[in-house]
Amino acid sequence: MNRGGSSGKGEGDMPQSIPWNGSGLMEEVRRCGGAQVSACFQCHKCSTGCPVGPEMDFLPSQIMRLVHLGAEKEVLASRSIWLCASCEACTTRCPMAIDIAGVMDALRILAIERRIDLPDARGKQFHRSFLGSVRRHGRVYEMGMMTAYKLRIGDLLSDVDKVPQLLAQGKLSLLPDRSGDIRQVRGIFRRAEEEDGKP
Amino acid sequence: MKYAFFPGCSLESTARPFDLSTRAVCRALGISLEDIPDWVCCGSTPAHASSDSLAIALPALNLQKAQAAGLPVMVACASCYARLRTANHRIVGAPEDRLRAERITGHPYDGGVEVRHVLDVLVNELGPDRIRAKVRRPLAGLRVACYYGCLLTRPPEIVAFDDPEHPSCMDELMAAAGAESVDWPFKTECCGASLSMTNSDIVCRLTHRLLCMAQEAGADCLAVACPLCQVNLDLRQADAGKAHGPFRPMPVLYVTQLLGLALGLPQEALGIDALAVSPKTLLAKRDAVAAGGAGGNA
Repeated sequence: MNRGGSSGKGEGDMPQSIPWNGSGLMEEVRRCGGAQVSACFQCHKCSTGCPVGPEMDFLPSQIMRLVHLGAEKEVLASRSIWLCASCEACTTRCPMAIDIAGVMDALRILAIERRIDLPDARGKQFHRSFLGSVRRHGRVYEMGMMTAYKLRIGDLLSDVDKVPQLLAQGKLSLLPDRSGDIRQVRGIFRRAEEEDGKP
Repeated sequence: MKYAFFPGCSLESTARPFDLSTRAVCRALGISLEDIPDWVCCGSTPAHASSDSLAIALPALNLQKAQAAGLPVMVACASCYARLRTANHRIVGAPEDRLRAERITGHPYDGGVEVRHVLDVLVNELGPDRIRAKVRRPLAGLRVACYYGCLLTRPPEIVAFDDPEHPSCMDELMAAAGAESVDWPFKTECCGASLSMTNSDIVCRLTHRLLCMAQEAGADCLAVACPLCQVNLDLRQADAGKAHGPFRPMPVLYVTQLLGLALGLPQEALGIDALAVSPKTLLAKRDAVAAGGAGGNA
Protein backbone atom coordinates (compact mmCIF):
# COMPACT_ATOMS: atom_id res chain seq x y z
CA MET A 1 0.00 0.00 0.00
CA ASN A 2 1.32 3.43 -0.88
CA ARG A 3 0.93 6.13 1.70
CA GLY A 4 2.84 9.37 1.30
CA GLY A 5 5.07 10.50 4.13
CA SER A 6 3.23 13.66 5.08
CA SER A 7 -0.18 12.09 5.01
CA GLY A 8 -2.37 9.71 6.91
CA LYS A 9 -5.98 8.84 7.09
CA GLY A 10 -6.93 8.27 10.71
CA GLU A 11 -8.45 10.83 13.05
CA GLY A 12 -5.92 13.54 13.72
CA ASP A 13 -3.61 12.30 11.00
CA MET A 14 -4.23 15.27 8.73
CA PRO A 15 -1.15 17.43 8.39
CA GLN A 16 -1.54 19.89 11.21
CA SER A 17 0.31 22.87 9.87
CA ILE A 18 -1.73 23.87 6.85
CA PRO A 19 -3.18 27.33 7.33
CA TRP A 20 -5.73 28.73 4.89
CA ASN A 21 -3.61 30.43 2.30
CA GLY A 22 -6.17 32.07 0.06
CA SER A 23 -4.65 30.51 -3.06
CA GLY A 24 -7.98 30.47 -4.86
CA LEU A 25 -7.79 26.70 -5.32
CA MET A 26 -11.57 26.40 -4.90
CA GLU A 27 -12.11 28.84 -7.77
CA GLU A 28 -9.53 27.03 -9.90
CA VAL A 29 -11.41 23.76 -9.31
CA ARG A 30 -14.60 25.49 -10.52
CA ARG A 31 -12.82 26.80 -13.61
CA CYS A 32 -11.75 23.26 -14.54
CA GLY A 33 -15.33 22.02 -14.45
CA GLY A 34 -15.40 20.96 -10.79
CA ALA A 35 -18.15 21.62 -8.25
CA GLN A 36 -18.51 24.11 -5.42
CA VAL A 37 -16.39 22.49 -2.70
CA SER A 38 -17.20 25.09 -0.04
CA ALA A 39 -20.49 23.32 0.79
CA CYS A 40 -18.62 20.32 2.30
CA PHE A 41 -19.14 20.01 6.06
CA GLN A 42 -16.88 16.98 6.54
CA CYS A 43 -19.47 14.24 7.13
CA HIS A 44 -17.03 11.72 5.55
CA LYS A 45 -19.81 9.84 3.74
CA CYS A 46 -17.72 9.99 0.54
CA SER A 47 -14.72 8.43 2.27
CA THR A 48 -16.79 5.68 3.88
CA GLY A 49 -18.06 4.40 0.54
CA CYS A 50 -14.95 4.96 -1.56
CA PRO A 51 -13.81 1.65 -3.12
CA VAL A 52 -10.16 2.73 -3.32
CA GLY A 53 -9.97 4.30 0.15
CA PRO A 54 -7.48 1.67 1.40
CA GLU A 55 -4.95 2.64 -1.29
CA MET A 56 -5.42 6.43 -1.10
CA ASP A 57 -3.04 8.76 0.72
CA PHE A 58 -5.85 11.25 1.43
CA LEU A 59 -9.48 10.12 1.61
CA PRO A 60 -12.01 12.05 -0.52
CA SER A 61 -13.29 14.07 2.46
CA GLN A 62 -9.70 14.99 3.31
CA ILE A 63 -9.14 16.11 -0.27
CA MET A 64 -12.25 18.34 0.05
CA ARG A 65 -10.83 19.85 3.24
CA LEU A 66 -7.41 20.42 1.69
CA VAL A 67 -9.10 22.23 -1.22
CA HIS A 68 -10.88 24.45 1.35
CA LEU A 69 -7.54 25.28 2.86
CA GLY A 70 -5.97 26.00 -0.51
CA ALA A 71 -3.34 23.33 0.13
CA GLU A 72 -2.31 23.08 -3.52
CA LYS A 73 0.92 21.22 -2.99
CA GLU A 74 -0.63 18.42 -0.92
CA VAL A 75 -3.70 18.02 -3.13
CA LEU A 76 -2.15 18.25 -6.56
CA ALA A 77 0.74 15.91 -5.72
CA SER A 78 -1.48 13.35 -4.00
CA ARG A 79 -1.88 9.78 -5.24
CA SER A 80 -5.58 9.90 -4.41
CA ILE A 81 -6.62 12.09 -7.32
CA TRP A 82 -5.20 9.48 -9.74
CA LEU A 83 -6.62 6.50 -7.85
CA CYS A 84 -10.20 7.78 -8.07
CA ALA A 85 -11.99 5.27 -10.35
CA SER A 86 -14.80 7.75 -11.19
CA CYS A 87 -17.35 5.30 -9.77
CA GLU A 88 -19.56 8.24 -8.72
CA ALA A 89 -20.54 6.69 -5.37
CA CYS A 90 -19.35 9.83 -3.51
CA THR A 91 -21.15 12.15 -5.94
CA THR A 92 -24.35 10.11 -5.56
CA ARG A 93 -24.25 10.05 -1.76
CA CYS A 94 -22.99 13.53 -0.86
CA PRO A 95 -25.67 15.17 1.31
CA MET A 96 -24.61 18.57 -0.05
CA ALA A 97 -24.83 17.35 -3.67
CA ILE A 98 -21.17 18.12 -4.36
CA ASP A 99 -19.96 16.35 -7.49
CA ILE A 100 -16.90 14.96 -5.73
CA ALA A 101 -15.86 12.73 -8.65
CA GLY A 102 -15.99 15.87 -10.81
CA VAL A 103 -13.71 17.66 -8.35
CA MET A 104 -11.22 14.79 -8.71
CA ASP A 105 -11.30 15.34 -12.49
CA ALA A 106 -10.69 19.05 -12.03
CA LEU A 107 -7.75 18.34 -9.72
CA ARG A 108 -6.20 15.95 -12.26
CA ILE A 109 -6.58 18.61 -14.95
CA LEU A 110 -4.96 21.22 -12.68
CA ALA A 111 -2.09 18.90 -11.76
CA ILE A 112 -1.24 18.45 -15.45
CA GLU A 113 -1.75 22.14 -16.25
CA ARG A 114 0.69 23.14 -13.51
CA ARG A 115 3.20 20.44 -14.41
CA ILE A 116 3.18 18.99 -10.92
CA ASP A 117 5.78 16.32 -10.24
CA LEU A 118 3.40 13.36 -9.91
CA PRO A 119 4.05 10.57 -7.41
CA ASP A 120 2.98 8.07 -10.06
CA ALA A 121 2.67 8.96 -13.75
CA ARG A 122 0.69 5.89 -14.84
CA GLY A 123 -2.70 7.61 -14.76
CA LYS A 124 -1.48 10.56 -16.79
CA GLN A 125 0.28 8.30 -19.32
CA PHE A 126 -2.78 6.09 -19.73
CA HIS A 127 -5.01 9.08 -20.44
CA ARG A 128 -2.44 10.48 -22.86
CA SER A 129 -2.09 7.18 -24.73
CA PHE A 130 -5.86 6.66 -24.89
CA LEU A 131 -6.64 10.16 -26.18
CA GLY A 132 -3.70 9.95 -28.62
CA SER A 133 -5.33 6.88 -30.12
CA VAL A 134 -8.71 8.62 -30.40
CA ARG A 135 -7.11 11.65 -32.01
CA ARG A 136 -5.34 9.46 -34.56
CA HIS A 137 -8.13 7.03 -35.43
CA GLY A 138 -11.36 8.60 -34.14
CA ARG A 139 -11.77 5.45 -32.06
CA VAL A 140 -9.57 3.61 -29.59
CA TYR A 141 -7.19 1.19 -31.26
CA GLU A 142 -6.52 -0.99 -28.21
CA MET A 143 -3.37 -2.70 -29.42
CA GLY A 144 -1.71 0.59 -30.39
CA MET A 145 -2.96 2.37 -27.27
CA MET A 146 -1.69 -0.34 -24.94
CA THR A 147 1.70 -0.50 -26.66
CA ALA A 148 2.10 3.29 -26.46
CA TYR A 149 1.10 3.26 -22.79
CA LYS A 150 3.43 0.42 -21.87
CA LEU A 151 6.34 2.06 -23.65
CA ARG A 152 5.67 5.31 -21.79
CA ILE A 153 5.66 3.64 -18.37
CA GLY A 154 8.52 1.28 -19.25
CA ASP A 155 6.57 -1.85 -18.42
CA LEU A 156 6.05 -3.99 -21.49
CA LEU A 157 5.50 -7.28 -19.73
CA SER A 158 2.50 -6.93 -17.43
CA ASP A 159 -0.63 -8.63 -18.79
CA VAL A 160 1.10 -9.91 -21.95
CA ASP A 161 0.02 -13.38 -20.82
CA LYS A 162 -3.55 -12.38 -21.66
CA VAL A 163 -2.85 -11.22 -25.22
CA PRO A 164 -2.85 -14.60 -27.06
CA GLN A 165 -6.28 -15.52 -25.70
CA LEU A 166 -7.69 -12.08 -26.54
CA LEU A 167 -6.31 -12.34 -30.08
CA ALA A 168 -7.65 -15.88 -30.53
CA GLN A 169 -11.11 -14.82 -29.38
CA GLY A 170 -11.15 -11.86 -31.78
CA LYS A 171 -11.13 -9.38 -28.91
CA LEU A 172 -7.98 -7.62 -30.01
CA SER A 173 -7.32 -6.58 -33.54
CA LEU A 174 -3.90 -6.10 -35.11
CA LEU A 175 -5.14 -3.23 -37.25
CA PRO A 176 -7.01 -0.09 -36.20
CA ASP A 177 -10.66 0.52 -37.05
CA ARG A 178 -11.01 4.12 -38.13
CA SER A 179 -14.01 6.34 -37.87
CA GLY A 180 -14.94 7.84 -41.22
CA ASP A 181 -15.08 11.21 -39.52
CA ILE A 182 -11.43 11.49 -38.58
CA ARG A 183 -10.98 15.05 -39.90
CA GLN A 184 -13.81 16.27 -37.72
CA VAL A 185 -12.29 14.50 -34.68
CA ARG A 186 -8.93 16.17 -35.18
CA GLY A 187 -10.66 19.54 -35.42
CA ILE A 188 -12.49 18.81 -32.18
CA PHE A 189 -9.25 18.03 -30.34
CA ARG A 190 -7.68 21.25 -31.66
CA ARG A 191 -10.63 23.46 -30.75
CA ALA A 192 -11.08 21.78 -27.35
CA GLU A 193 -7.47 22.70 -26.55
CA GLU A 194 -8.19 26.29 -27.56
CA GLU A 195 -11.30 26.36 -25.36
CA ASP A 196 -9.45 24.89 -22.38
CA GLY A 197 -6.72 27.50 -22.79
CA LYS A 198 -9.19 30.41 -22.61
CA PRO A 199 -8.91 32.44 -19.40
CA MET B 1 -39.08 0.13 -32.17
CA LYS B 2 -36.02 1.67 -33.80
CA TYR B 3 -32.83 3.15 -32.35
CA ALA B 4 -29.61 4.70 -33.56
CA PHE B 5 -27.03 2.35 -32.03
CA PHE B 6 -23.82 3.68 -30.49
CA PRO B 7 -21.53 0.63 -30.17
CA GLY B 8 -18.47 2.38 -28.71
CA CYS B 9 -14.85 1.24 -28.98
CA SER B 10 -14.99 -1.65 -26.49
CA LEU B 11 -17.74 -3.39 -28.42
CA GLU B 12 -15.39 -3.58 -31.40
CA SER B 13 -12.65 -5.23 -29.34
CA THR B 14 -12.67 -6.69 -25.82
CA ALA B 15 -16.47 -6.61 -25.62
CA ARG B 16 -17.19 -8.33 -28.97
CA PRO B 17 -19.56 -10.75 -27.19
CA PHE B 18 -21.57 -7.78 -25.90
CA ASP B 19 -21.84 -6.42 -29.44
CA LEU B 20 -22.88 -9.76 -30.93
CA SER B 21 -25.38 -10.59 -28.20
CA THR B 22 -26.95 -7.12 -28.07
CA ARG B 23 -27.56 -7.14 -31.81
CA ALA B 24 -28.82 -10.74 -31.81
CA VAL B 25 -31.21 -10.19 -28.90
CA CYS B 26 -32.58 -6.95 -30.35
CA ARG B 27 -33.14 -8.64 -33.71
CA ALA B 28 -34.98 -11.52 -32.03
CA LEU B 29 -37.18 -9.12 -30.06
CA GLY B 30 -38.05 -6.87 -32.98
CA ILE B 31 -35.91 -3.90 -31.91
CA SER B 32 -34.29 -2.42 -34.97
CA LEU B 33 -30.79 -0.93 -34.62
CA GLU B 34 -29.05 1.34 -37.08
CA ASP B 35 -25.42 2.21 -36.24
CA ILE B 36 -24.71 5.93 -35.89
CA PRO B 37 -22.79 6.59 -39.12
CA ASP B 38 -19.07 7.28 -38.57
CA TRP B 39 -19.47 7.35 -34.80
CA VAL B 40 -16.40 8.39 -32.82
CA CYS B 41 -15.10 7.51 -29.35
CA CYS B 42 -17.04 9.12 -26.49
CA GLY B 43 -13.74 10.01 -24.76
CA SER B 44 -14.49 7.86 -21.72
CA THR B 45 -12.60 8.53 -18.46
CA PRO B 46 -9.38 9.78 -20.12
CA ALA B 47 -11.36 12.67 -21.65
CA HIS B 48 -13.30 13.75 -18.56
CA ALA B 49 -10.13 13.49 -16.46
CA SER B 50 -8.09 15.54 -18.96
CA SER B 51 -10.26 18.13 -20.66
CA ASP B 52 -13.69 19.36 -19.73
CA SER B 53 -14.21 20.62 -23.29
CA LEU B 54 -13.33 17.30 -24.92
CA ALA B 55 -15.61 15.47 -22.47
CA ILE B 56 -18.62 17.41 -23.77
CA ALA B 57 -17.66 17.76 -27.43
CA LEU B 58 -16.91 14.12 -28.36
CA PRO B 59 -20.30 12.82 -27.12
CA ALA B 60 -22.03 15.87 -28.65
CA LEU B 61 -20.62 15.03 -32.09
CA ASN B 62 -22.18 11.55 -31.91
CA LEU B 63 -25.49 12.91 -30.65
CA GLN B 64 -25.61 15.41 -33.52
CA LYS B 65 -25.24 12.52 -35.95
CA ALA B 66 -28.13 10.67 -34.27
CA GLN B 67 -30.24 13.82 -34.38
CA ALA B 68 -29.63 14.06 -38.11
CA ALA B 69 -30.91 10.48 -38.41
CA GLY B 70 -33.99 11.47 -36.40
CA LEU B 71 -33.70 8.54 -33.99
CA PRO B 72 -33.28 8.07 -30.24
CA VAL B 73 -29.96 6.50 -29.26
CA MET B 74 -29.38 3.10 -27.70
CA VAL B 75 -26.04 2.32 -26.01
CA ALA B 76 -24.72 -0.96 -24.62
CA CYS B 77 -21.48 0.13 -22.91
CA ALA B 78 -22.23 1.58 -19.47
CA SER B 79 -19.37 4.05 -19.71
CA CYS B 80 -20.37 5.40 -23.15
CA TYR B 81 -23.94 5.57 -21.89
CA ALA B 82 -22.91 7.71 -18.92
CA ARG B 83 -20.74 9.98 -21.10
CA LEU B 84 -23.52 10.59 -23.65
CA ARG B 85 -26.10 11.23 -20.91
CA THR B 86 -23.71 13.55 -19.06
CA ALA B 87 -23.10 15.62 -22.19
CA ASN B 88 -26.86 15.98 -22.76
CA HIS B 89 -27.41 16.88 -19.11
CA ARG B 90 -24.81 19.64 -19.23
CA ILE B 91 -25.81 20.98 -22.64
CA VAL B 92 -29.44 21.24 -21.52
CA GLY B 93 -28.61 22.59 -18.07
CA ALA B 94 -25.91 25.16 -18.79
CA PRO B 95 -26.10 27.54 -21.76
CA GLU B 96 -22.33 28.13 -21.63
CA ASP B 97 -21.70 24.38 -22.02
CA ARG B 98 -24.08 24.26 -24.98
CA LEU B 99 -22.33 27.16 -26.67
CA ARG B 100 -18.94 25.62 -26.01
CA ALA B 101 -20.02 22.25 -27.48
CA GLU B 102 -21.39 24.04 -30.55
CA ARG B 103 -18.21 26.09 -31.02
CA ILE B 104 -16.04 22.98 -30.80
CA THR B 105 -18.15 20.69 -33.01
CA GLY B 106 -19.15 23.49 -35.38
CA HIS B 107 -22.79 22.39 -35.39
CA PRO B 108 -25.89 23.35 -33.39
CA TYR B 109 -27.04 20.91 -30.73
CA ASP B 110 -29.71 21.43 -28.05
CA GLY B 111 -29.10 18.27 -26.00
CA GLY B 112 -32.45 16.88 -27.09
CA VAL B 113 -31.57 13.41 -28.37
CA GLU B 114 -32.86 10.69 -26.08
CA VAL B 115 -30.15 8.28 -24.89
CA ARG B 116 -31.17 4.87 -23.50
CA HIS B 117 -29.24 1.88 -22.25
CA VAL B 118 -30.09 -1.51 -23.73
CA LEU B 119 -31.25 -2.71 -20.28
CA ASP B 120 -33.55 0.28 -19.97
CA VAL B 121 -35.02 -0.41 -23.40
CA LEU B 122 -35.53 -4.12 -22.72
CA VAL B 123 -37.11 -3.73 -19.29
CA ASN B 124 -38.89 -0.37 -19.42
CA GLU B 125 -39.77 -0.12 -23.11
CA LEU B 126 -40.36 -3.69 -24.23
CA GLY B 127 -41.20 -5.05 -20.78
CA PRO B 128 -40.57 -8.41 -19.05
CA ASP B 129 -43.94 -9.84 -20.16
CA ARG B 130 -43.24 -9.48 -23.88
CA ILE B 131 -39.78 -10.94 -23.32
CA ARG B 132 -41.11 -13.89 -21.29
CA ALA B 133 -43.46 -14.68 -24.17
CA LYS B 134 -40.45 -15.15 -26.47
CA VAL B 135 -38.38 -17.33 -24.15
CA ARG B 136 -37.82 -20.74 -25.80
CA ARG B 137 -35.21 -22.27 -23.51
CA PRO B 138 -35.68 -20.90 -19.97
CA LEU B 139 -32.56 -20.56 -17.81
CA ALA B 140 -34.13 -22.96 -15.33
CA GLY B 141 -32.00 -23.81 -12.31
CA LEU B 142 -29.46 -21.03 -12.95
CA ARG B 143 -28.68 -18.80 -10.03
CA VAL B 144 -27.48 -15.44 -11.32
CA ALA B 145 -25.89 -12.57 -9.37
CA CYS B 146 -26.88 -9.41 -11.25
CA TYR B 147 -24.00 -6.95 -11.14
CA TYR B 148 -24.83 -3.38 -12.20
CA GLY B 149 -21.51 -1.73 -11.38
CA CYS B 150 -21.28 2.04 -11.18
CA LEU B 151 -22.34 3.93 -14.25
CA LEU B 152 -25.69 2.33 -15.08
CA THR B 153 -27.24 3.87 -11.98
CA ARG B 154 -24.93 6.69 -10.93
CA PRO B 155 -25.21 9.59 -10.63
CA PRO B 156 -29.02 9.26 -10.53
CA GLU B 157 -29.81 12.76 -11.80
CA ILE B 158 -27.98 11.89 -15.02
CA VAL B 159 -28.73 8.22 -15.73
CA ALA B 160 -31.96 7.71 -13.78
CA PHE B 161 -33.60 4.50 -15.01
CA ASP B 162 -33.22 2.46 -11.83
CA ASP B 163 -32.53 2.88 -8.12
CA PRO B 164 -28.89 4.00 -7.58
CA GLU B 165 -28.28 1.85 -4.49
CA HIS B 166 -30.58 -1.10 -5.07
CA PRO B 167 -31.36 -1.50 -8.77
CA SER B 168 -33.60 -4.31 -9.97
CA CYS B 169 -34.13 -4.10 -13.75
CA MET B 170 -31.49 -6.73 -14.56
CA ASP B 171 -33.01 -9.03 -11.93
CA GLU B 172 -36.41 -8.61 -13.58
CA LEU B 173 -34.92 -9.46 -16.94
CA MET B 174 -33.22 -12.58 -15.61
CA ALA B 175 -36.47 -13.66 -13.94
CA ALA B 176 -38.24 -13.26 -17.28
CA ALA B 177 -35.54 -15.47 -18.81
CA GLY B 178 -36.36 -18.17 -16.26
CA ALA B 179 -33.28 -17.76 -14.07
CA GLU B 180 -33.23 -17.17 -10.35
CA SER B 181 -31.50 -13.93 -9.39
CA VAL B 182 -29.76 -14.18 -6.03
CA ASP B 183 -30.02 -11.54 -3.36
CA TRP B 184 -26.56 -10.09 -2.74
CA PRO B 185 -25.19 -6.83 -1.37
CA PHE B 186 -22.57 -5.82 -3.98
CA LYS B 187 -24.80 -5.03 -6.97
CA THR B 188 -23.40 -1.52 -7.35
CA GLU B 189 -19.92 -1.83 -5.80
CA CYS B 190 -17.13 -0.68 -8.11
CA CYS B 191 -14.86 -3.23 -9.90
CA GLY B 192 -12.02 -0.73 -10.28
CA ALA B 193 -12.91 0.26 -13.86
CA SER B 194 -9.99 1.70 -15.84
CA LEU B 195 -7.60 1.23 -12.92
CA SER B 196 -7.21 -2.10 -14.72
CA MET B 197 -4.61 -0.35 -16.89
CA THR B 198 -2.77 1.55 -14.18
CA ASN B 199 -3.32 -0.30 -10.88
CA SER B 200 -4.37 -3.86 -11.63
CA ASP B 201 -3.55 -4.82 -8.01
CA ILE B 202 -6.50 -2.68 -6.85
CA VAL B 203 -8.77 -4.24 -9.46
CA CYS B 204 -7.79 -7.70 -8.21
CA ARG B 205 -8.65 -6.74 -4.62
CA LEU B 206 -12.05 -5.35 -5.64
CA THR B 207 -13.02 -8.15 -8.04
CA HIS B 208 -11.90 -10.82 -5.56
CA ARG B 209 -14.29 -9.31 -3.02
CA LEU B 210 -17.12 -9.22 -5.56
CA LEU B 211 -16.61 -12.75 -6.85
CA CYS B 212 -16.33 -14.25 -3.35
CA MET B 213 -19.51 -12.49 -2.26
CA ALA B 214 -21.38 -13.75 -5.34
CA GLN B 215 -20.13 -17.24 -4.56
CA GLU B 216 -21.24 -16.92 -0.94
CA ALA B 217 -24.68 -15.80 -2.09
CA GLY B 218 -24.93 -19.08 -4.01
CA ALA B 219 -24.60 -17.67 -7.54
CA ASP B 220 -23.59 -19.90 -10.48
CA CYS B 221 -22.57 -16.90 -12.55
CA LEU B 222 -22.52 -13.13 -12.75
CA ALA B 223 -24.57 -11.08 -15.21
CA VAL B 224 -23.05 -7.74 -16.26
CA ALA B 225 -23.89 -4.90 -18.64
CA CYS B 226 -20.57 -3.07 -18.90
CA PRO B 227 -17.47 -4.02 -20.96
CA LEU B 228 -15.01 -2.90 -18.30
CA CYS B 229 -16.83 -4.78 -15.52
CA GLN B 230 -16.86 -7.91 -17.68
CA VAL B 231 -13.15 -7.82 -18.50
CA ASN B 232 -12.11 -6.98 -14.94
CA LEU B 233 -14.26 -9.74 -13.42
CA ASP B 234 -13.64 -12.40 -16.07
CA LEU B 235 -10.05 -11.99 -17.27
CA ARG B 236 -8.37 -11.37 -13.91
CA GLN B 237 -9.80 -14.26 -11.88
CA ALA B 238 -6.52 -16.19 -11.84
CA ASP B 239 -4.56 -13.05 -10.81
CA ALA B 240 -7.14 -12.26 -8.10
CA GLY B 241 -6.98 -15.80 -6.76
CA LYS B 242 -3.20 -15.70 -6.63
CA ALA B 243 -3.15 -12.37 -4.78
CA HIS B 244 -6.04 -12.83 -2.37
CA GLY B 245 -6.81 -16.52 -2.01
CA PRO B 246 -8.41 -19.18 -4.20
CA PHE B 247 -12.09 -19.29 -5.07
CA ARG B 248 -14.24 -21.27 -7.48
CA PRO B 249 -13.97 -19.83 -11.02
CA MET B 250 -17.17 -17.96 -11.80
CA PRO B 251 -18.41 -17.35 -15.37
CA VAL B 252 -19.19 -13.68 -16.05
CA LEU B 253 -21.67 -13.22 -18.87
CA TYR B 254 -23.23 -10.18 -20.46
CA VAL B 255 -26.90 -9.99 -19.54
CA THR B 256 -27.66 -10.00 -23.28
CA GLN B 257 -25.79 -13.32 -23.66
CA LEU B 258 -27.91 -14.92 -20.94
CA LEU B 259 -31.08 -13.49 -22.43
CA GLY B 260 -30.05 -14.69 -25.89
CA LEU B 261 -29.59 -18.23 -24.58
CA ALA B 262 -33.08 -18.09 -23.08
CA LEU B 263 -34.48 -16.88 -26.40
CA GLY B 264 -32.99 -19.99 -27.97
CA LEU B 265 -30.37 -18.18 -30.05
CA PRO B 266 -27.30 -20.20 -31.08
CA GLN B 267 -24.22 -19.84 -28.84
CA GLU B 268 -22.02 -18.71 -31.78
CA ALA B 269 -24.36 -15.77 -32.38
CA LEU B 270 -23.87 -14.66 -28.77
CA GLY B 271 -20.08 -14.95 -28.45
CA ILE B 272 -20.41 -17.53 -25.68
CA ASP B 273 -17.08 -19.14 -26.62
CA ALA B 274 -15.21 -15.82 -26.23
CA LEU B 275 -15.27 -15.66 -22.43
CA ALA B 276 -12.17 -16.26 -20.30
CA VAL B 277 -13.98 -18.42 -17.72
CA SER B 278 -15.98 -20.96 -19.71
CA PRO B 279 -19.69 -21.17 -18.90
CA LYS B 280 -19.80 -24.82 -20.07
CA THR B 281 -20.70 -26.37 -16.69
CA LEU B 282 -23.25 -23.63 -16.22
CA LEU B 283 -25.00 -24.49 -19.47
CA ALA B 284 -24.79 -28.21 -18.71
CA LYS B 285 -26.62 -27.51 -15.46
CA ARG B 286 -29.35 -25.65 -17.32
CA ASP B 287 -29.71 -28.51 -19.81
CA ALA B 288 -29.85 -31.08 -17.01
CA VAL B 289 -32.61 -29.14 -15.28
CA ALA B 290 -34.50 -28.75 -18.56
CA ALA B 291 -34.21 -32.50 -19.15
CA GLY B 292 -35.82 -33.09 -15.76
CA GLY B 293 -32.57 -33.87 -13.92
CA ALA B 294 -32.01 -33.04 -10.29
CA GLY B 295 -30.20 -29.75 -10.88
CA GLY B 296 -27.03 -30.99 -12.54
CA ASN B 297 -23.72 -31.11 -10.82
CA ALA B 298 -22.23 -27.70 -11.53
